[in-house]
Amino acid sequence: MKYETFSYLPPMSAQQIRRQVEYIVARGWNAAIEHADPAHMGGSYWTMWKLPLFGEQSVQRIVAEADACRNAHPGHHVRVIGYDNARQTLGTAFVVHHA
Amino acid sequence: MSKSKTASYSAGVKAYRQAYWEPGYRARDTDLLACFKITPQPGVEREEAAAAVAAESSTGTWTTVWTDLLTDLEHYKGRAYRIEDVPGDPSCFYAFVAYPIDLFEEGSVVNVFTSLVGNVFGFKAIRALRLEDVRFPVAYVMTCGGPPHGIQVERDKMDKYGRPLLGCTIKPKLGLSAKNYGRAVYECLRGGLDFTKDDENVNSQPFMRWRDRFGYVMEAVKKAEAETGEKKGHYLNVTAPTPEEMYKRAEHAKRLGAPIIMHDYLTGGFCANTGLANWCRENGVLLHIHRAMHAVIDRNPMHGIHFRVLTKALRLSGGDHLHTGTVVGKLEGDRQATLGWIDLLREKYVKEDRSRGIFFDQDWGAMPGAFAVASGGIHVWHMPALLAIFGDDAVFQFGGGTLGHPWGNAAGATANRVALEACVQARNEGRQLEREGKDILAAAARHSPELKAAMETWKEIKFEFDVVDKLSAVNA
Repeated sequence: MKYETFSYLPPMSAQQIRRQVEYIVARGWNAAIEHADPAHMGGSYWTMWKLPLFGEQSVQRIVAEADACRNAHPGHHVRVIGYDNARQTLGTAFVVHHA
Repeated sequence: MSKSKTASYSAGVKAYRQAYWEPGYRARDTDLLACFKITPQPGVEREEAAAAVAAESSTGTWTTVWTDLLTDLEHYKGRAYRIEDVPGDPSCFYAFVAYPIDLFEEGSVVNVFTSLVGNVFGFKAIRALRLEDVRFPVAYVMTCGGPPHGIQVERDKMDKYGRPLLGCTIKPKLGLSAKNYGRAVYECLRGGLDFTKDDENVNSQPFMRWRDRFGYVMEAVKKAEAETGEKKGHYLNVTAPTPEEMYKRAEHAKRLGAPIIMHDYLTGGFCANTGLANWCRENGVLLHIHRAMHAVIDRNPMHGIHFRVLTKALRLSGGDHLHTGTVVGKLEGDRQATLGWIDLLREKYVKEDRSRGIFFDQDWGAMPGAFAVASGGIHVWHMPALLAIFGDDAVFQFGGGTLGHPWGNAAGATANRVALEACVQARNEGRQLEREGKDILAAAARHSPELKAAMETWKEIKFEFDVVDKLSAVNA
């Protein structure tokens, strides 16, 4: 199965994930973390890990939240989102941890 | 020009400039503004030619008529209000004309174009005439339906974020049976493309009737979706001989669960297109727009309609995608001009910018933007340049560049998807796509035999775009 953007590339290293999160912050987007149980996929929505990290500028803290989500839900997929509120869409969304 | 409300009637032919040349006129925010490139016949003065164009495209005719006095022509007429040299070409000039908004039926691209590019284009005093740009006042924009969904809604419906979309036109464009055609669709989509596309020539020919094609194609789409877990679509072409037939095909596409259909807006016509766009909005089906016949209208730099105007016409009439050209591999000048009409298709507000051939500020109000579609003669080596030029809100369509892969469609699709994602990843990391493209693709190919084979099949192209192409002033 594929999960959209970056699904056709090898899994990203920690360093590569950091770079993509830096891009989210640099664009002025709001980072958010979501997770999903592979056994219950489908539809538009995954489960939110806390509220989106509005205004968070620390790449380290965003990555730490993704790791915390992964540790809390070890059997789940975890993705990072960049909410682009100006354009009312997701600027980006990509899976950082496959179950 | 008499302001008197009780002017007396005097029959005969008057110079156009008496009524239709008004150099001091201050355009209103609600006026529709047009810039024409006029090549007058020898001996016709610029002001007279400009006034003639304003008159013939609005209220005027060749002679005075008594019924002119039954209305307030001062209110209804178009006015030529400015003349400018065309840099480097003394045979022609730019004329700016303002039309009061009352001249046009609300929400009718048909009506606007019937006036602006109607009889006036065959007018004898003019040797050649080109409509370069039109400023649609936001008051008029808001009377038009526009894109049925727009970029943001399409991203949500298709679940595609942070990257351009990938498509492929199925080839050979004519002659495949419906079942074999569906096979080609399935292979592309399972390999990693988001969309496949009917060729514009494919309507409902004897070798493949539309109903058979729609059935097999949708089976292919659903199978690829089930296997990959990703949303997929195929632009089912509903362009038809009559509106009744077009709607019949659209209804059937919807019944089959097709997320997107397709129309040719120039050969099909603005009336059919606007109706279909309304149908798509009503029924939640995305609308891909092809532009067959555009080059007949927009290619001659002296006569016709510039593509930026046809782009605006489509955004008003309605479509969620529009073919815009690819830029790469084309002639000097195309890049700046193409960037101009891509902005006009996608952005909320576009400033006047003569270096991009844009003559007016254009405010789109709340009207959504549409995806730019780059299609034709492109392959994996073009990917870095395409992403740099178009950004994310575009669909890159590789026809031969998918189907021509030595291992077949699915491998070709995977090669394109890997190349695209590698370029997006690199861009987000701050790398310069057009300079480092070769390294980016070569690194990605180390993990993707499909991409490696594609790169060996097609020739490397140059990535150095240091010299930014200039819009030819003469042919602007």
